[in-house]
Amino acid sequence: MTVNGRAVEAAPGELLIDVAERAGTYIPRFCYHPRMEPVGMCRMCLVEVEGPRGATLQPACYQRVNDGMVVTTDSPKAKKAQEGVLEFLLANHPLDCPVCDKGGECPLQDQTLTHGPGETRFVEEKRHFVKPIEIGPLVLLDRERCIQCARCTRFAAEVAGDTEIAFAGRGDLIEVAPSPERPFASVFSGNTVQICPVGALTAKPYRFAARPWDLEQVESTCTQCAVGCRLAVQSSGNRLTRVLGVDSDPVNHGWLCDKGRFTLDAVDGHEGASDPLDPSHRITRPLVRRDGSLVEATWGEALARAADVLRAAGEVDGGVGVIGGAALTNESAYAWARLAREVLRTEHVDAQYGDGLDARRVLALPGATIDDAAAARVVLTLCGDPREELPVLFLRLRGALVRPGHDLVELAVGPSALHPLATVSIPVRPGEAHRVVEALLDEGRAPADLGLDEDARERARRLLDDGEGVVVVAGRTNLAEDPAVVERALTRLAEGLPRATFLVASRRGNVRGAIDAGLAPGLRPGRVLAAGGRDTPAQLAALREGAQRAVLVLGDLLGNVLDRTGAEAALERADVVVVAGHGGATLAYADVVLPAAVQHERTGTVTNLEGRVTAVVPKVVAPGAAWPDVAIAAELARSLGAELAMDTVEDAARALESSTGYPALSVLLDATSEGRLAGGAGAPAPRRPLDPMAFPGIRSAEWVGLGESAGDVVESAPAAAAPTLAAPTLADLGSAPVPEVPGRDAYGLALRVAPRLYDHGVAVTGSPALAALVGPTVARLHPGDLDRLGLDTGGRLVVRGAGRTVELRVARDAQVPRGVLEVAFGALGDEGEDVNALADPGAPITQVKVEAR
Amino acid sequence: MSHLRVDLRQRAEELVALYPRPRSAMLPLLHLVQEQDGYVSPEGIDEVAELTGTTPADVRGTASFYDMFHLEPVGRYVVGVCTNIACLLAGGEELLAHASRRLDCAVGSTTDDGLFTLEETECLADCGHAPCVTVNHRYVRTTTPEAFDAMIDEVRQGRRDHEIPDHGTLVRVRRNGGLRVPDEVIAAERAAAKAARARRLEGAG
Amino acid sequence: MAVLDAPRIVTSRLDFEDSHTLARYLATGGYTALRKALSMHPEQVAAEVDQASLLGRGGAGFPAGRKWSMLRPSEVAYLVVNGDESEPATFKDHLLVERDPHQLVEGVIIAAYALQVNRAFIYLRGEFALGLERVQAALNEAYDHGALGRDVFGSGFSLDVVVHPGAGAYICGEETALLEGLEGKRGFPRIKPPFFPAAQGLYGEPTVVNNVETMSNLPWIVLNGGAAFAALGAGRSTGTRLFALAGRVNRPGVYEVEMVKNTFRDLIYDPAFGGGVPGDRPVKAFIPGGVSAPWFGPDQLDLPLGQDEVGGQGSMLGSGSVVVLDDTSCAVRAAWRITKFFSRESCGQCTPCREGSGWIERAMYRLEHGGGRVEDLDLLLDLCDNIAPGLTWPPQQTTICVLGPSIPSSVHAAIEMFKDEFLAHVETQGCPFD
Ligand SMILES: Cc1cc2nc3c(=O)[nH]c(=O)nc-3n(C[C@H](O)[C@H](O)[C@H](O)COP(=O)(O)O)c2cc1C
Ligand code: SF4
Ligand code: FES
Repeated sequence: MTVNGRAVEAAPGELLIDVAERAGTYIPRFCYHPRMEPVGMCRMCLVEVEGPRGATLQPACYQRVNDGMVVTTDSPKAKKAQEGVLEFLLANHPLDCPVCDKGGECPLQDQTLTHGPGETRFVEEKRHFVKPIEIGPLVLLDRERCIQCARCTRFAAEVAGDTEIAFAGRGDLIEVAPSPERPFASVFSGNTVQICPVGALTAKPYRFAARPWDLEQVESTCTQCAVGCRLAVQSSGNRLTRVLGVDSDPVNHGWLCDKGRFTLDAVDGHEGASDPLDPSHRITRPLVRRDGSLVEATWGEALARAADVLRAAGEVDGGVGVIGGAALTNESAYAWARLAREVLRTEHVDAQYGDGLDARRVLALPGATIDDAAAARVVLTLCGDPREELPVLFLRLRGALVRPGHDLVELAVGPSALHPLATVSIPVRPGEAHRVVEALLDEGRAPADLGLDEDARERARRLLDDGEGVVVVAGRTNLAEDPAVVERALTRLAEGLPRATFLVASRRGNVRGAIDAGLAPGLRPGRVLAAGGRDTPAQLAALREGAQRAVLVLGDLLGNVLDRTGAEAALERADVVVVAGHGGATLAYADVVLPAAVQHERTGTVTNLEGRVTAVVPKVVAPGAAWPDVAIAAELARSLGAELAMDTVEDAARALESSTGYPALSVLLDATSEGRLAGGAGAPAPRRPLDPMAFPGIRSAEWVGLGESAGDVVESAPAAAAPTLAAPTLADLGSAPVPEVPGRDAYGLALRVAPRLYDHGVAVTGSPALAALVGPTVARLHPGDLDRLGLDTGGRLVVRGAGRTVELRVARDAQVPRGVLEVAFGALGDEGEDVNALADPGAPITQVKVEAR
Repeated sequence: MSHLRVDLRQRAEELVALYPRPRSAMLPLLHLVQEQDGYVSPEGIDEVAELTGTTPADVRGTASFYDMFHLEPVGRYVVGVCTNIACLLAGGEELLAHASRRLDCAVGSTTDDGLFTLEETECLADCGHAPCVTVNHRYVRTTTPEAFDAMIDEVRQGRRDHEIPDHGTLVRVRRNGGLRVPDEVIAAERAAAKAARARRLEGAG
Repeated sequence: MAVLDAPRIVTSRLDFEDSHTLARYLATGGYTALRKALSMHPEQVAAEVDQASLLGRGGAGFPAGRKWSMLRPSEVAYLVVNGDESEPATFKDHLLVERDPHQLVEGVIIAAYALQVNRAFIYLRGEFALGLERVQAALNEAYDHGALGRDVFGSGFSLDVVVHPGAGAYICGEETALLEGLEGKRGFPRIKPPFFPAAQGLYGEPTVVNNVETMSNLPWIVLNGGAAFAALGAGRSTGTRLFALAGRVNRPGVYEVEMVKNTFRDLIYDPAFGGGVPGDRPVKAFIPGGVSAPWFGPDQLDLPLGQDEVGGQGSMLGSGSVVVLDDTSCAVRAAWRITKFFSRESCGQCTPCREGSGWIERAMYRLEHGGGRVEDLDLLLDLCDNIAPGLTWPPQQTTICVLGPSIPSSVHAAIEMFKDEFLAHVETQGCPFD
C-alpha cells in the first residue's frame, strides 16, 4: 500500500494507524489505544483514503488496510479535518494548563502547540461543571477537561471487565460517572489515569506532586507480585513521584494494578514513623540490641555482631538457617544463597514462608508462559483469585477468555474474578483438590463424598482431553491447607494430561528468582537438586525445639507467616539477624538489623512467575546508610572470614550467569528489553510502541520511545558460552505423595485462608493511599450455609478453631464452596485478634465450629 | 429482596424472557422502574443491573442517554411542550412560556405541589396538531393557551386519569405471553428449510 | 394539478374509527395478503417486493428488495422495524402505528417469511405510548388469530415479534444506534464498516432494518403484485408515499400521495392536501425531507415528489416531511432551532458533531437573540465545512453517522439563501421578525 506516496508493506487487516506509525508517519489520535478495540470516536485521526467514490476521510484508527490501498495523511483536506477536530476539542476545553497535572505531557496541549490555530474563534461561554469530583478512592475527575474519548470507560468494561464507570448523559453533556452508590474501586483504577489523554482523570496521590518537566524516569520491573509488570519509575530529584505502566508485549500490555502503581509512598516510609516495629518506618542505620533495646550502630559494629551470632550458632550442626528473600533481586538472592551454603554451611534456606509450593516440584512441571496461557484452548485454574493475588495476570487471562475459542475450566476453591468466564466450574473444598483431579482424570464413578456434578465433570473431561492446548494455572489455594494437596493434584495433572503445560501462580514478587538463585531447600543456585534442608515451617519448629539456634531473616517474617504465634515462639528462643528496608514486628526479636536498599533504589534482575528475567533499575538513592543486599552479604561474609567476590551487582550477575547459565548479566546489560525466559529459547520479543499519552518526553506530536531516557546502560557484553541452566524433572522427583486428609466433620466448616491484594503488608500499610483500602474483616460463607445458620450478610458468627474463638461478621458469597468458611490472610478481628490463628498449624486442613451470634 | 413490587417483578422477568439476551430488556425494565417509582431510582438501577447482568454504573449510564428516563424524582405529571421547527412555526415557544407562567414553574422544574414537571421537548411527531403538548406521553392536543389551561384543570381534578396514567408509558402495554416459539423449533425449521433448498439446488443442478 | 387517482395503499382503513382492531382489519381484507404470501415461495415474495422498487421510507431511500437480497446467509437472522420516528416534523409512522397496527404487523410477518427469519422486533419511539399499546394489542390479537407464533396459519413457518419501546433519543432512529438500543445499550451509532446490518446487525447477526411505512406497504404489494406498485409513480420512485406536511400551511397533516406525478406545489396548495399558506402569504422556503435536508426556495416548488428528482437538486426526500416557511417566518430562528435540536440529540461520540453542533447552536442563538457579528457568517460556514467537508450534497463526512453532516444543512442553506436576513439581525442586534 501507499502512505503519502511511499510504498509500505503491511498485512491485510492491520490497522492503518499502526501501519503508518511503523512506517514513520505519526497520525494524531486521542481515543485510539493499541490495547483496546478501536472505536473511532474522537475523529482526530482522519486521513484521506482513495476509494471507489474518490478520496474520502476515514479514521485511521479504525480503517483496516488492504492490498494497494492509497492513503494521504497530510493533504490539505486531511489537515483541515484534523485541525477542525482539534479546534472543536478545544472549544469547551478549559484554559487551565498551568494548574493541570497533565500540563507538559498533554497530547492535547502538544497537538495544539504543534498544529493548532494560534487564536481561538470560540467566543461563546464554555461548558461548566462543578470542579473535580472523586469518582473512586484513588481517582479524581475534572469533567471540564474530558474530551469524551472513552478510553477510561472502555478500559473498565473491556479490559478490567468491570463497568464501574460508564458514560452518562448524551451529546456534549456526556460525562464519565460511577454509580453514585458505588465508587470506582477497581484495583486497576490507576490505569485510567495513565491512559487519559488529558488531565480529566488524575490520581489522588500524584495530584500536584510534580510537573512533568521536572521528572526523570527509568524503566524497571514491579516486584509487588510475581507477574513482574514493566514500569517507568519517575522521580523529581531524589523523591519518587510516579509509576507508569510500560507496554511489555509478553507481560503486562501497559497495565498495572493500583498496588504496584501507588505503593511508592511506602518506599521512603512515613516521616513521622520512628518505631522500628512499625512497617512504615524506614530503617536507615544498622541497629544492634543493647540492654534489651535496638540502638543505632555503625556498619562495622553491626556486621561483627551479626557474624558472632551466626558463627556461634553455626557451631552446632544445623544450627543456622535463612528465611526470606522473595522480595530481593536475583543477584541479592544469589549472594545470600552463596553465603548460606558456602560460608554458613547450611542447607536450611527458604525464600517462601510456608505459603508456597515445593519449589522442586514447581520447576519440574512443563512450563507455560503468560502468552501460552492467553493463547490456550483451555485454561484450567487451581489457584486463588488471580485478581487478588496476581492482578495483571488476571487481566491477561480475562483478555483471552472473553474471546471465542478459549474455555476456562475452574477448580473453584473460592471466590475468583475469573469465575464469570468459566465454561465449567467445579467447586473444590479444602483438602480435596487432589481427589477432584483424580476424579477428572479417571473415567470411573467419582466418590460420592466429593459431591461432584457429573455433567460438569463430563464437560471438563471433554475439554481437557489429553491436555493438548491446555494450560494449567495453579498455585497455593488455601494457606490453611497442607501444600501436599495441591502438589499431589499437580503431579497427577502432569501425568494425566501429558500434553498440558503449567503456569505456576506463585504470588510473591521475585520468589521464582530467589528459588532459581538458590534460596530454596533442596535446590542449589541454578536449580540444581540437593539434599533437602528445612523449609520455613521446619526451621521455625527446629528453633522452637532448640535444634536450630539462629536465623537470618531477609525481610519481614512475622507479617508473612500464617502461624504467627508459633513463629513468635521460635524467634523468642532464637538469635535473630534481620536484613530489611522497613520496620516490622519481626524486629522485636532481632539482635542485629542490617538496613537494606529496597525497590526503586536497587539494580539487578528479577524473575517473574513464568521464569522471565527482567531488569530492575534504581531511580533514587537509598536513604541513610542502607546498602544493597549484595554488598551486605559480601561484607557479612568477610566478617565471617570468607570472600564471595561480589562487590557489585554486576559481579553477582556475572557469577550467577557464568556458573549456572542463568540470564542475569545479559538482562542487566539490556535493561529496557522484554527480558529473557530463564532456560527458555527464543529471541526477545520486539518492543511495542508506547502509547504516547502519558510519558513525559514522549511528545504525541513527535513520537519517540522511552528507551532514550531509560537508566544507565552498561556497555559490555556478558561472558561467552555460559552453561545450560539445570532443572529438576518429574522423573527425578517421582509422583507426589498422597496427603492424608481426615474426613470432613459434618457439623464444622473447613477453613480457607487466602491472600488479598490490599493486605497488611508493608507495601499497603506503608502507603497512606492504599492503607485506607484494606477491607474490613469478614468471614465469607456460601448462602446455603448462612441460611442454615440463620444469618445474612452483616450478621455475626462465633468461630472456634485451633483452640481459639473469634467473632466475625459474615458475608454471603455464592462463590465460596458449601461447607467452607473463608477469611483473608492477615485479617484482624475487631479487637485486633489474629484471625488466622484459627488455623491449626501443621494439620492438613482446619475444621472450625461455628455458631450464630 | 426485590425492590420492584411483586407484580412488577414478575413483569420484569417476563420482559427479560422476551429477548434472546437479558440486556436487551434494559429499556423496558427502566420504564418499569419509572412506572413504579416515578423516576429511575437507585434501588431500581440495582435491580435492573441484576436482571440484565450488568452493573449499576452501566445501567445508570444507559438510562441517562435517554430523555424519557428521569434520574431524579419528577412530578406526577410530566408536561412536555414541543418547540421544534413545526411547533416553532405554530407558536410553540409562546405556548411553552404560557405553560411556565400558568404552572408557575420554570421549564425543566417541578411545581411546588409536586404535581407537574414542565419540559421543553424536541419534536414529538404530532406536528399536524402543532404546537404539540403531551402529558405523561399522552398527546393532549391542546394547541392554544385556553385549551392548555382547561386541560391542566382537568388533570388536577383527576378527570383525565383514564387517559393519562401516572409516569411510565408501559402501564397498559403487556404482551400476553413470553417468547412463544422455542429455539429448538426454530432450529429444526431452519434445518428443514436448508435441506429443502439444498434438494432444490441439486434438482436444478 | 394534483394527480389524485392512485389507490390508497397504506391509508385505506383510516376513515374507520376502529381501524386499529382485528375485527375491522379482517373485515377490510386483512391477513389475506399473508395467506397468499405463505402459499408462495419465500423467494417469490421477495421477488415481488424487488419488482415493486419499494424505496425505504425511513430516510435513506434504499430499495427494500435490494436490502433484503444482501442479508448474509446465517443460522440466525433478525428483522427489525424502525418505528423511532423522531426526525422533526415527521409524523407519518405515528399515524400508521396508532391507526393501522395490523397492517404493520401483517407487513412484518410477510417480510419475515420472505427473509425466512423467525424473530422480529418493532422498535417504537417510547413517546408513542398509545402506539405501543395498539401495536402490542395487534400482536396479541395476531397470535390468537394464528398469524403469529408457531406454525403461522398452518404453513410450518414460525415467528415471534417483540415490541421494543425506545426512551427518547432521536439518534436511535439511525439503524445501528437503534440496534444498540435494542441490545439495551446507549444509542451510539456503530462505526462503519461493516456498512450494513444485513452483514452484521443485532447481536452481530445479519439483520434487516426497515421503516414502519416500508413494512406497511407489503400487504398491498403481495396482494396486487410488485408490477402494480411499480406502475404507480415513475422511475425508481414508485407507488405512493406518505408526506407529513407541517409549518405554514392551512392543513398540516399526513397525506398519501402518488410519487413523481405530484409536485411540492401540489402538496402544499392542493385543497386535498395542504390547502395553501395561511393568509395566502408567499412561500419563502421549504424543507423537502426532514430537517436533515438542505432547504429549497420557491423556485423548486414545481419539482416532482421523486427521490432522484429531489436528489438531483441538492436535497432529499428523506423522511417524507415537508416544512413550509412563509414570509413571516424568520430563517435565522428556524435554522437556529434546528441546530439546537441536533445539538441536543447528538449522541456525543464524534468530536465534530458533539462540539460542532453546540458551537454552531450558540453562535446562531447569538445571531437570533442579539450579539451577532458579521464575521459569524464566515465562521459558521467554516465550522459547517469542518463537519461536512466541501458542503456538498450528498455530504462528505468527518463523523461516524450522518447526523453529523446533517447539522450544516439548514445553517448553510439559510446563510446562502437569506444572507440579508442574517445581516439585518446583526444590524439590529435582534430579530427583525419579533
Ligand atoms: C440520524 C438518523 C435518524 C434516523 N431516524 C430514522 C427514523 O426515525 N425512522 C426511520 O425509519 N429511519 C430513520 N433513519 C434511517 C435509518 O437509519 C434506516 O436507514 C432506515 O430505518 C431503513 O429503513 P428503510 O430502508 O425502510 O427506509 C435515520 C437515520 C439517521 C442517520
Ligand atoms: S455523527 Fe453525531 S450522532 Fe452520529 S455518531 Fe457521531 S456524534 Fe453520534
Ligand atoms: S477516531 Fe481514531 S484515534 Fe480517535
